[in-house]
Amino acid sequence: MDLLIQHLPALQVVLPMLAAPIVMLMARAPRLAWAATTLTTWLTLGVSILLVQQVLLHGSISYHMGGWVPPVGIEYFVDPANIVVLLIISLMGAISMPFALRSVEQEVDKAKHGLFYAAFLLANCGLLGITITGDAFNIFVFFEISALASYALIAMGKDRRAVMSSYQYLVMGTVGTTFLLIGIGFMYIMTGTLNLIDLAQRLPEVNDTGTIRAAFAFLVVGISLKLALFPLHLWLPNAYTYAPSMITVFLSATATKVAIYVLLRIIFSVFGYEFSFSELNLGYVLMPLAMLGILIPSIVAIFQTNIKRMLAYSSVAQVGYMILGVSFASTLGLMASVVHLFNHAVTKAALFMALACIIYRVGGVSLDRMAGIAKQMPWTMAAFVLAGLSLIGIPLTVGFVTKWHLLLAALEGGLWPVAVFLLGTSLLATIYIWKVVEAAYLKEPAEGAQPVREAPMSLLLPTWALTVACLYFGIDTSLPVDLANRAAETLMGGYL
Amino acid sequence: MNQYVVLRVITKLMIPVILLYGLYIQFHGEYSPGGGFQAGIIFAAGFVIYSLIYGLDKAQEAISPEAAHILAALGVLLYIGIGIASFFLGGNFLEYKVLLPDDHAGETFGIIGIELGVGITVATVALTLFYSFAGRERD
Repeated sequence: MDLLIQHLPALQVVLPMLAAPIVMLMARAPRLAWAATTLTTWLTLGVSILLVQQVLLHGSISYHMGGWVPPVGIEYFVDPANIVVLLIISLMGAISMPFALRSVEQEVDKAKHGLFYAAFLLANCGLLGITITGDAFNIFVFFEISALASYALIAMGKDRRAVMSSYQYLVMGTVGTTFLLIGIGFMYIMTGTLNLIDLAQRLPEVNDTGTIRAAFAFLVVGISLKLALFPLHLWLPNAYTYAPSMITVFLSATATKVAIYVLLRIIFSVFGYEFSFSELNLGYVLMPLAMLGILIPSIVAIFQTNIKRMLAYSSVAQVGYMILGVSFASTLGLMASVVHLFNHAVTKAALFMALACIIYRVGGVSLDRMAGIAKQMPWTMAAFVLAGLSLIGIPLTVGFVTKWHLLLAALEGGLWPVAVFLLGTSLLATIYIWKVVEAAYLKEPAEGAQPVREAPMSLLLPTWALTVACLYFGIDTSLPVDLANRAAETLMGGYL
Repeated sequence: MNQYVVLRVITKLMIPVILLYGLYIQFHGEYSPGGGFQAGIIFAAGFVIYSLIYGLDKAQEAISPEAAHILAALGVLLYIGIGIASFFLGGNFLEYKVLLPDDHAGETFGIIGIELGVGITVATVALTLFYSFAGRERD
């Protein structure tokens, strides 16, 4: 047990990385590949939970890769800021796997299942790696691991357009990570170090140079591309729409969240609050972009007829809320952002899972094909409605917890127009969710449409698990709010 | 291109040299420029030139696409296996010096081992990429 505890940070990344090639070898036994992947994701979740426990009990953990002492060696650094994100990733991996069995069997060619699950594990491993590592170059490497795996996963969608959207994501994603790499390179030139903690200590000496300001700009733009901040979100709607359903669930809940975490780490921990917000006024850049990012994609979402695409646009808007919290540059705003990482992951994953149930039975989720579906699939639609309420931010759901804290942060900063704006944009979410509800509950099924049955249990159970989580954590907010508070305080404090 | 004698003979002469050079880069990686990645690409280039001259079928007789797949996975497993082995011998992940009683020997052993894993995976993945492009039927 001591051995296990001691190596937890490494295991977090090594487990999925070890399982990926093994699963790849199971190409002839798709079910076995699925079982092995599921086992791995649950073990990874176990490791995350143990890490949370260790950090809460004993404080931050530093793990020296290969026994090389940082800043020379690569350090894995676990503190209250990243345990939240680690927990989100491994939880979403663990919940989406039981769901994957039926959904993937229907949507992905059987011969490719081994490769599919191997790529899924690599994406998982990459995202966990980005979050846990304390080394700037390592962040870039893991970004590429997770991104390359996601491109492959998206391209495996049934629709031919999946390949095109994966390619679009590849081009945009590569530009993003290249910018990230240029930024890291500039910091390395000026400080001679890649360790994040060491960078935080050495950057103040050279802060006042053009190189460091350029590095900061490259980092922020590059990461913004990865987290789909408006107007750099163009890859996201297509990628989410045409990816296999299970991948949409997983990526929507994790990929952009991890990029947001990296942004927070860079601007708060590495460069520090003073440099980012007082010297460079990052808040003035992020706030308008976040507000436009909430407004425009929400309006675009209203006009979508493909519900998966509608929710993809809604994801861009939700990223806007998270960035808005950051742009307040206060502990409360930051806390709202971090808690929204969790809340949005749960909510959006539940919504996409409900859609995946409908895709499983109906074959598509355009508005007209969903007409009258609620009578045939009552449980699925009930989950969709409840999670939809959470997306809007109705009290007693997790969505409300975020909106409430964002509102408090806006008022605390004296930004009452932003507070009004927040309330107004919730209406936009109401409109697009209502469109789905109207089609599903109030319209009659189209003439000649094949009646369908309720989705199978293996799809319904994970969907409802997440839906119940939306409600449970909306009522008993202590766990996510407590973790987010610790994370926000850690980030505001910087590494020093 | 089977009918060009000059190409066939020159290729046959060059392939052993290419493969040998790949192995040289592989095993000198830890104290001179090179390592598993470069070596793997050079090694795969040997197979690529063979299949360009003698045909894809002949190259796939030497290493079939399935074999390339399996080797690619085994290379990664070798890398991670060495990393995990150092857990159980009292070190951190990839801490090579615990692998053998002598620290220095352990480090050399570890780095050669993981570079070999990298080399195998890179060579077979490069080959798989080549196979999948070369094996495409015209639409």
